[in-house]
Amino acid sequence: MNEATPRGNRLGIVVGGSLTKGMEVKLDSATPIEEMAVGRYVVIEGQKSRFFGMITDVTLGATNPQLAITPPDVSDPFIAEVIAGTSTYGSIHVVPMLTISGDAVSLLEGPQPVKTVPAHFSVVREASEQDVKTVFGEEDEKHFYVGTPLDMETRVCLNIPEFVKRSNGVFGKSGTGKTFFTRLLLIGMVQKKAAANLIFDMHNEYGWEGTSEGGRSVKGLKQLFPSQIAVFALDEESARRRKVSTDCIVEIGYDEIEPEDIELLKDTLNLTQPAIEAVYQLARNFGEQRWLEGFFKLGGGEETKDLLDRLSIHESSYRNLRRGLERLRRLPFLVHQARENSVQRILEYLDRGMNVVLEFGRYTDVTAYVLVANILTRRIYEKYRERKEAAMGEKKAEPYPLVITIEEAHKFLNPEVAGQTIFGAIAREMRKYNVTLLVIDQRPSGIDDEVMSQLGTKVAYLLDNEKDIDSVLMGVSGKTELKTVLAKLEAKQQALIFGHALPMPVVVKTREYGSAESYKEFGFRDAAEFKKKAEKDLQELF
Amino acid sequence: MPKSKPTKIGEVIEASTGQFVAECYELHAPPPLGSLVKTSDGDVQIYGVVCNAATESIEPNRRPIARGRDEAAEENIYRQHPQLSRLLRTTFDTLVVGHCKGEATSPLHYLPPRPPRVHSFVYICEQDEVCRFTQSLDFLPLLLSARAGTVDEIVAACLRQASCAHDDQRAFLVRSGKELAILLGAELNRLNAILRRIRL
Repeated sequence: MNEATPRGNRLGIVVGGSLTKGMEVKLDSATPIEEMAVGRYVVIEGQKSRFFGMITDVTLGATNPQLAITPPDVSDPFIAEVIAGTSTYGSIHVVPMLTISGDAVSLLEGPQPVKTVPAHFSVVREASEQDVKTVFGEEDEKHFYVGTPLDMETRVCLNIPEFVKRSNGVFGKSGTGKTFFTRLLLIGMVQKKAAANLIFDMHNEYGWEGTSEGGRSVKGLKQLFPSQIAVFALDEESARRRKVSTDCIVEIGYDEIEPEDIELLKDTLNLTQPAIEAVYQLARNFGEQRWLEGFFKLGGGEETKDLLDRLSIHESSYRNLRRGLERLRRLPFLVHQARENSVQRILEYLDRGMNVVLEFGRYTDVTAYVLVANILTRRIYEKYRERKEAAMGEKKAEPYPLVITIEEAHKFLNPEVAGQTIFGAIAREMRKYNVTLLVIDQRPSGIDDEVMSQLGTKVAYLLDNEKDIDSVLMGVSGKTELKTVLAKLEAKQQALIFGHALPMPVVVKTREYGSAESYKEFGFRDAAEFKKKAEKDLQELF
Repeated sequence: MPKSKPTKIGEVIEASTGQFVAECYELHAPPPLGSLVKTSDGDVQIYGVVCNAATESIEPNRRPIARGRDEAAEENIYRQHPQLSRLLRTTFDTLVVGHCKGEATSPLHYLPPRPPRVHSFVYICEQDEVCRFTQSLDFLPLLLSARAGTVDEIVAACLRQASCAHDDQRAFLVRSGKELAILLGAELNRLNAILRRIRL
């Protein structure tokens, strides 16, 4: 054991437990039980290694059940002091997560997952700042600081290159801080240059400017990293009104809409199953790229009737489809023929390692979001797949990793459509083609189980619906213990992060975002500072 | 610390491994209940806690009779009948709680190999010796398991007495209380009774 490590205060001793259920720790009488919070870290000092764990429950115990029936006279401070820690005691439940051994091999490899438990009566201490640092690493070219553990000043860092290797999720009730944390994650990925990002920004929160709960505006990605971010907009007018400098206006031609896209919109456009079948029939008749154009051209005359008869499409299905597709026609960014190939433009930016934010402007309804996200993602994914396969065949450079951020993820990944949408495929096949997802949602229970189980790192803010909690924690070891932690999070800025990019689950108070200092930490300098620096450089030059 | 000379108070008149009875040299002056006394068996010092004291006639068949009907003060009885102080005696019982081999060694809180010899002198322990003996509370199980009827009273009295020898009286009592709480975990009423008797 490394004696130089400053140790935390002694809390108590291990009195029982198991690897699967966690350790039972009896607190010393001097340890105030009210300071033991669920989610805090402790270190158990075993004989050979130290076990790093998290408090998941706090209980009160008594040696004699009679104490509960005839309580002693604790109004007398003497009796109260004598009873505390002897006849009555506090105990905590600790789930050991990692072992930190003292030998050379483990010093190099860092903390390892636990495979055994500490012996009876091992001493339990508070985790010191140094312990937390050993476990969560320090901020460097790979690790990005996301927040601090409860009641500690140490920084919890995410391993960003590991993070982007798999699809990830941010979950939580509305108003808990999902958007803020997502913005942090995006900044992390941009700052560490681990992947290119494509962000479908439904509420215009990430690109230029976002708003905090108090209505204060905070800087978006473009303001912090102007040279690395391109803002694409669907709604030119809204972007102009908000004084956002856009790099490109996205338009989508009718020829780019495929039957699968309509199938995905079945619920939002209120289409029946026969109407969906009809779309495929039409596509077969007019061709994959011309069917929508062809459909809109259909009048009410005999010709149409003949066509419907030929394709055996029922009149009611036709009317249902017509009503639904008319709603699409009203979307201004859908045009007969797009002026330029948006997918190509986006890919060009992504290839240069730039990050693309697609702002939806006023089109915040789900139809537009699902449609655009699906169309663009499918094309981009296909290109990536081609390139990856080419790279495999000819030993060319692999495509730069891409992370696609989607909000309202349950619309794309619910059990009915997850099998069909491109997002379902990306989430399942994951990193094979260097494309992963960052899904943001407030109803994780609405997302397909298979997709949820494939998510690498999950960030969970407060959730109080039992189904949502279950689905977020699905497949995680120590689920019941984490459940207590998750249900006891504060309503804001506290999140439970667990999964691939972290050595163990951690409750963090998320990093501050929105103040001038916080921007500075991300490497942002405002105009005045640039000017000062330029002047200084000039002076030094001459 | 300069070693104070121990006060001799009596001698052993009946001895067994677990307890001994001593007769006081002074009538009506037994050591207080619960106080620590010591006697010896050769070079083994034997410690005991006073658990009972009695004053009675030296002849079991001759009980004292009341003599003070016409006296104004109690002292006058003894002045009028000087033979009384020879016909009565005060004895006290002690429970053996530990021993010590030789002067320098630290006290051992368990029964000595042999009981004290009859006619061994009995000394009252001075404060510094009480303090030294009660640094460890391992003698409490011996006291608690004694067959004497009022054992809880004796334990409480002993701890009260011993606490006076410690600088931090309260800390000593809290420490003793915690020890008792562990020993009497299953007997809550006894524990409560003792705790109420030793609080300051």
